[in-house]
Amino acid sequence: MITLPPVNWLSLLPGLILTVTGMLVLFWDLWMKDEERPLLAWLGLTGLVLTAVVSFGLLGRNESAFNGMLALDSYALFFNLIFCLAAGMTLLMSVHYLDTADIRPGEYYALILFATVGMVLMAAGTDLIVIFLGLETMSMAVYVLAGIWRQRLQSNEAALKYFLLGAFASGFFLYGVALVYGATGSVQLGKIAAQVSEHGSSPLLLIGVALLIVGFGFKVAAAPFHAWTPDVYEGAPTTVTAFMAVGVKAAAFAAFARVFLHTLGPIHAEWQGILWILAALTMTVGNVTALVQNNIKRMLAYSSIAHAGYLLVAMVAGKDLGGAALMYYLVAYGLMNLGAFSVVLAVGRKGEPNEEFSDYAGLGFRYPALGMAMTLFMLSLTGVPPLVGFTGKFYMFSAAVKAGYVWLAVIGVLNSVVSAYYYIRVVVNMYMYEGEKAPDLLSSRPALAAAIILAAIGTVLMGVFPSASIALARVSFLSLG
Amino acid sequence: MVSAIVFTPLFAALFLLFLPKEDEEGARRLAFGASLLTFVISLGLLVKFDSGTADFQFVERFAWIEDFGIQYHVGVDGISLFLVLLTTFLMPLVLLASWGDVHKRVKEYLFVFLLLETGMVGTFVALDLFLFYVFWEVMLIPMYFLIGVWGGPRRIYAAIKFLLYTMVGSLLMLVAILYLAYQHNAQHQTVTFDLLQLYNLNLSLTEQKWLFAAFALSFAIKVPLFPFHTWLPDAHVEAPTGGSVILAGVLLKMGTYGFLRFAIPLFPEAAHAAVPVIMALAVIGIIYGALVAMVQPDLKKLVAYSSVSHLGFVVLGLFAFNVQGVEGAVYQMLNHGLSTGALFLLVGMVYERRHTRLISEYGGLWKQVPLYASIFMVVMLSSIGLPGLNGFVGEFLILLGTFKANPWAGALAVSGVVLGAVYMLWMYQRVIFGPIKNEENAKLVDLSRREVAIFVPILAMMLFMGLYPRPLLTRMEKSVEATLARVNVLRQASPEQSRRAQHEWLPNRPSPDSPVILSLSKDETELKH
Repeated sequence: MITLPPVNWLSLLPGLILTVTGMLVLFWDLWMKDEERPLLAWLGLTGLVLTAVVSFGLLGRNESAFNGMLALDSYALFFNLIFCLAAGMTLLMSVHYLDTADIRPGEYYALILFATVGMVLMAAGTDLIVIFLGLETMSMAVYVLAGIWRQRLQSNEAALKYFLLGAFASGFFLYGVALVYGATGSVQLGKIAAQVSEHGSSPLLLIGVALLIVGFGFKVAAAPFHAWTPDVYEGAPTTVTAFMAVGVKAAAFAAFARVFLHTLGPIHAEWQGILWILAALTMTVGNVTALVQNNIKRMLAYSSIAHAGYLLVAMVAGKDLGGAALMYYLVAYGLMNLGAFSVVLAVGRKGEPNEEFSDYAGLGFRYPALGMAMTLFMLSLTGVPPLVGFTGKFYMFSAAVKAGYVWLAVIGVLNSVVSAYYYIRVVVNMYMYEGEKAPDLLSSRPALAAAIILAAIGTVLMGVFPSASIALARVSFLSLG
Repeated sequence: MVSAIVFTPLFAALFLLFLPKEDEEGARRLAFGASLLTFVISLGLLVKFDSGTADFQFVERFAWIEDFGIQYHVGVDGISLFLVLLTTFLMPLVLLASWGDVHKRVKEYLFVFLLLETGMVGTFVALDLFLFYVFWEVMLIPMYFLIGVWGGPRRIYAAIKFLLYTMVGSLLMLVAILYLAYQHNAQHQTVTFDLLQLYNLNLSLTEQKWLFAAFALSFAIKVPLFPFHTWLPDAHVEAPTGGSVILAGVLLKMGTYGFLRFAIPLFPEAAHAAVPVIMALAVIGIIYGALVAMVQPDLKKLVAYSSVSHLGFVVLGLFAFNVQGVEGAVYQMLNHGLSTGALFLLVGMVYERRHTRLISEYGGLWKQVPLYASIFMVVMLSSIGLPGLNGFVGEFLILLGTFKANPWAGALAVSGVVLGAVYMLWMYQRVIFGPIKNEENAKLVDLSRREVAIFVPILAMMLFMGLYPRPLLTRMEKSVEATLARVNVLRQASPEQSRRAQHEWLPNRPSPDSPVILSLSKDETELKH
């Protein structure tokens, strides 16, 4: 008789909850009347909240499961919180949006949840193959999501572009995994780490590492692997864009940082130089290109590239401070970016996306609360204290300065000045120009309003009182060992 | 008490949000009342201030972000005390003036103004570099809105220019601040942003130079020191009256205050090395600002360029590195806040009536609005430094200090005083004297009681500070001396020794400077008794 090895179900619990929720959504959708479909969002949200609560409760555990393929550590659990935030906010934003965009809710909500499962796997994977599986689970779902607005040509284009380039990047990643396996004899991160710290690097390993950087660089939208981002972000339904900008990026960074800061930490001297260049390039390309955008979704796309650059600064800084700064900033970035996308949704209407800068003219005084929220998000993205974006940048640049990368920090802050120009343009439009259009905004969309309020409160509170979350990020990163 | 001054305006601002949109009068009263209350609380500082010590007083301090050793640490000394008072003094007056010149989006205007006050006071009292940076940036945003929303025709350009200029400087300063904190970590195994601890850091000259450059750039833009002044005329001309008053009256002082509190004492050796450059820029600024002011056809632009000139004096005094120069500089900061603030208010009041600021449109106002003309005269004379009024004391001390430090710079700066008299008197002559050429001016109405009420306290302060400067100077003295000691001890000794000397000095210092200073401070001690 075959005895199964003991399975650490706890390590699977967050992913399992999400999978089950996703399936329930699919099944329930079959029996549902059309007008009841928004309930699916609430079901999904329940699953996400449950996952977040479970992840939060498990924080502090440090276990390995499935023969070293999955980890149940604070690092993964902290990232679970980010994913649940991203997916949860996305659901809140979607409830009313799906009607305006003629997207079928059943598949949509299920795919968001399945993508989140992939993210959870990526953060928890301690085996390159598991990370790859997570990456693909997530990506497949997101490819479909990008094109789920079937009637819209741009959405189709986005999906196709994302799929083709994404498949290409996955190829790079997988090839990198193969070479790393060839060089170290294992795909398990623990064994690779042991091998690397014992024998150092070899040309084969370095080529593998370079290919991994390409793969991750694509998913986090780092220059020069960012070319897909603006088109895909602009074409995809806005809620999906928000989900990609925050969730996918966070997941990619989760795996990226685990592999590089932890596993490949011993040979950091070999890859830091490359990441230094990527960081500087990504920040600059993202910010400078964002300057000339007139479509706010496109601007946010380039801004998300720029933020990938800031996050790479934290990766370069490495060590404990850099890693923790990366995690903290992902939360910060998530809050303010999701908030910004929620406002973009709020300004749009059925058939009238209102995504140009000029559509924001006069918004600030006609809708004071909405205007103030958007101002907060824009200022926070710029990095103005005492908002969360500032605290996060402060944390990352501290790490860079501490690690001796003063010039990278200087490039980072100069980029922040550049970014001020285009973020402030939104504020300029809202408050300093007069506009006539008065779109129906929030009154009929309570879920969206909730998302905005949540993000705004988070942006302010985490900025003014960052102690607890900083401590949590630090402890979680240290769980990598 | 310090926190109460910082946060009263913020709470009032938040409270303002809950007022009904239509109740403009109520909002104005609430904001005015809050700013008045803030002023009254800040008077408490003046009463309880102990002028016998250079230590920070009314200190409040508790941990904020433990991971980085960041504290909420505030307190005042003889230098920041008066700048806080200047801020809280000008605020109610500006809000009082808003009854006349702000009629659109009143509630938002007041909200932004109160936020601004929190930022300004916070900047002056912060003793933790992180906290300082937070307030420094917080202050930027309301000012940007003030210019951009309530400003003139080119307001958006001016607002963005103001924002970007200031941000470039401040973000580089942020990197320098981080570097300092981690240098402290390297030397003492703790990360701290505490200013008083960072004062004692050991930095090589090269490090100091870079860091000084980062701080100095940020402050030079704010001052503004030539050639970083180009944002200022735009911002001033486009800003609404209240914005201009606060911009000139308080915000520019943050630059000079920053030099005195941060850049100079943190990096004394670099500061010494930079003296020739900064003095040269200051002198250029004095003369250039005055010359450009002279040819301005627009009243507001004229006052704006006069600020460049006046702030050049302040910087000159600071970098003289002696007691007269620095005390004069601090004094002149207050003077400039009063007189330029008042000038902007005066310009704003005729603008409300005539909707033009061109000098050529005016003339002969003396006959039509005598009250206005006489107040204008006092303010103008205070601005050019007539003995008996406040401007004289500051300029005199600065020139005294500068001559001791560098006679050439002093001699050139004196020409700035002369030029200052020229452009101001000439402007006054064209606006006030002569026959009424323009029919429009014959319909001008003189100042209302509310408007006079704005100027009464300002004129009273001008006279008081001009005739009896000692109460202010004695309160500044210890702090100025302490700052200078930090700078000047280093000049004679090697860094290692000097730091030791500094520690020994702090509790009870033998006077290190020349006899002239001793005699001056002796006078003051006598007068105190």
